[in-house]
Amino acid sequence: MCEAAEDGGCGAGPGPARRRGQGHSHPRPCMKCGGSAALIIRVGDPFCRGCFHDYFVHKFRAMLGKNRVIFPGEKVLLALSGGPASSAMLRQVQEGLSRETAKKLRFVPSLIYVDEGAVRGQSLAQREQSLAHMEALLQATGFPFHLAHLEQALELPASILRPGPGRSGKPGPSYKEAVEGFIQQQRQEGDRNGGTFSPGPSTQELLQLFEAVETSTAREELLQMLRTHLILQTARTKGYAKVMTGESCTRVAIKLLTNLALGRGAFLAVDTGFMDDRHGDVLVVRPMRDYTSKEIAFYNHFFHVPTVIAPPLRTKRREKPSIHRLIERFLLGLQEDYPATISTVYRTGEKLSPAPAKAISESERCLLCLCALDIAGEEELALEPTLIMEEPEENGCCQDPPAARAESKAAYIPLLCYGCRLTFKELGPLATLPPYVRAEAQRRIRSAEMEQQSLEVPQEDEEPSKS
Amino acid sequence: MAAPVSLQVEFGGGAELLFDGVKKHQVTLPCQPEPWDIRNLLKWIKQNLLKERPELFMQGESVRPGILVLINDADWELMGELDYKLQDQDNVLFISTLHGG
Ligand SMILES: [Zn+2]
Ligand SMILES: [Zn+2]
Repeated sequence: MCEAAEDGGCGAGPGPARRRGQGHSHPRPCMKCGGSAALIIRVGDPFCRGCFHDYFVHKFRAMLGKNRVIFPGEKVLLALSGGPASSAMLRQVQEGLSRETAKKLRFVPSLIYVDEGAVRGQSLAQREQSLAHMEALLQATGFPFHLAHLEQALELPASILRPGPGRSGKPGPSYKEAVEGFIQQQRQEGDRNGGTFSPGPSTQELLQLFEAVETSTAREELLQMLRTHLILQTARTKGYAKVMTGESCTRVAIKLLTNLALGRGAFLAVDTGFMDDRHGDVLVVRPMRDYTSKEIAFYNHFFHVPTVIAPPLRTKRREKPSIHRLIERFLLGLQEDYPATISTVYRTGEKLSPAPAKAISESERCLLCLCALDIAGEEELALEPTLIMEEPEENGCCQDPPAARAESKAAYIPLLCYGCRLTFKELGPLATLPPYVRAEAQRRIRSAEMEQQSLEVPQEDEEPSKS
Repeated sequence: MAAPVSLQVEFGGGAELLFDGVKKHQVTLPCQPEPWDIRNLLKWIKQNLLKERPELFMQGESVRPGILVLINDADWELMGELDYKLQDQDNVLFISTLHGG
């Protein structure tokens, strides 16, 4: 570094280059109370600490109040990563439950933390340390909690790729039922057996799965998928109908543009909206999506919200950064010069409809993301060139035909939406994929074949209908 | 001639990972003809504390977008940003809001 010579004691300082503005602190007044401001929030308004606190807390309640999807007494699973947004979310729930009756939140929270240390390059000792730290934080809340390891995603049932019995059409539980459930609800001891985890063959298997992925972009998508499915499975087996996740407005804006670049344009509303109902029985809600990451960072700092930092996903040497990282860099860079960027992208997302993601039948539902297959009509033209599968040379002759067909990567393609096709192509060989994905794919391929046969066979002896 | 300036420099939100995982640094800036401001402090940090991959912390003469700066617990946007003149015993905190990479 050539500037290094400039350093070092008196007299060697840099010249008085470009200076702008006044260098001294002139605390601007808080726009609410006139006290001295501590930060500037989204639209350039200065807020003091106290007014910022009120603003932040109010926003959470307003978000839930406006959307009215969480019933009183309902069991809600908060998905925590240890990161700033989900930690701030947990604090909002704690605040909300301790408030006086009129403003009190009335649902019953439990917590889940997924340890992703294996794929984030943490050593066993580091993983244990993060986990112990996280467990202490969860325990301190007094809420029931679940600790899960990403390795457990390899043991998920194939049913996680099918929507559960939805409430669509049926009215939800009545208010009375909800309140009764609330009274019956007993605080249980959380699942603690996750805490005594020791890595074994499943860690190796998980690492092989991630190693085999060809791009960092597909690796990010894979991680999100496994994590979502693991949380969903916990929600299903433990009886939570709602899951809350902590994406901030900044994250939502980044995800909107990322997903656009990943070919998921049709699903932006479910992927980033307040409510994600693709799983049927479990509704995912995103109550933090109105806060910028700056607001969250200041809140956590001012009000001592503890966080646990996870290192980024491990990338291979000399690998290109993921689209996720590139979009983050791009958007935040743009935001620096055009401060309305993030909120404009975010607000554009508000105008999108969830309808294109709705799948009516299994045959038109994406195997991996459960959104409607967005490929009608354009299959041959637009998609095929990008999706030519490079099958490794396998001697197919000695395999039994139906299994061999179901076990080829190309056979999965018709089951996937456009975006998932692109990601799937960059995943490793089928043998490395999680067992639940393969099991469900095989089931669907077989059932499609049977349907095909039943359509073809009876054609001959069918009587013409008299009408 | 400005006297040496003692500061507490802190890193959080993952920015500490670029500084050997150390969050709090007691720093004494040497005397120099110009008063110390944040611009010069960043240059000093780059040369003295930041050992590798400076592009993950800095961009040009400022911090990378997505890294917040607090001076004595207040948003640096209220304090003149790069032009803020550091006082002895000031606290400067950098919080990363980035996902990494
Ligand atoms: Zn105020
Ligand atoms: Zn899909």
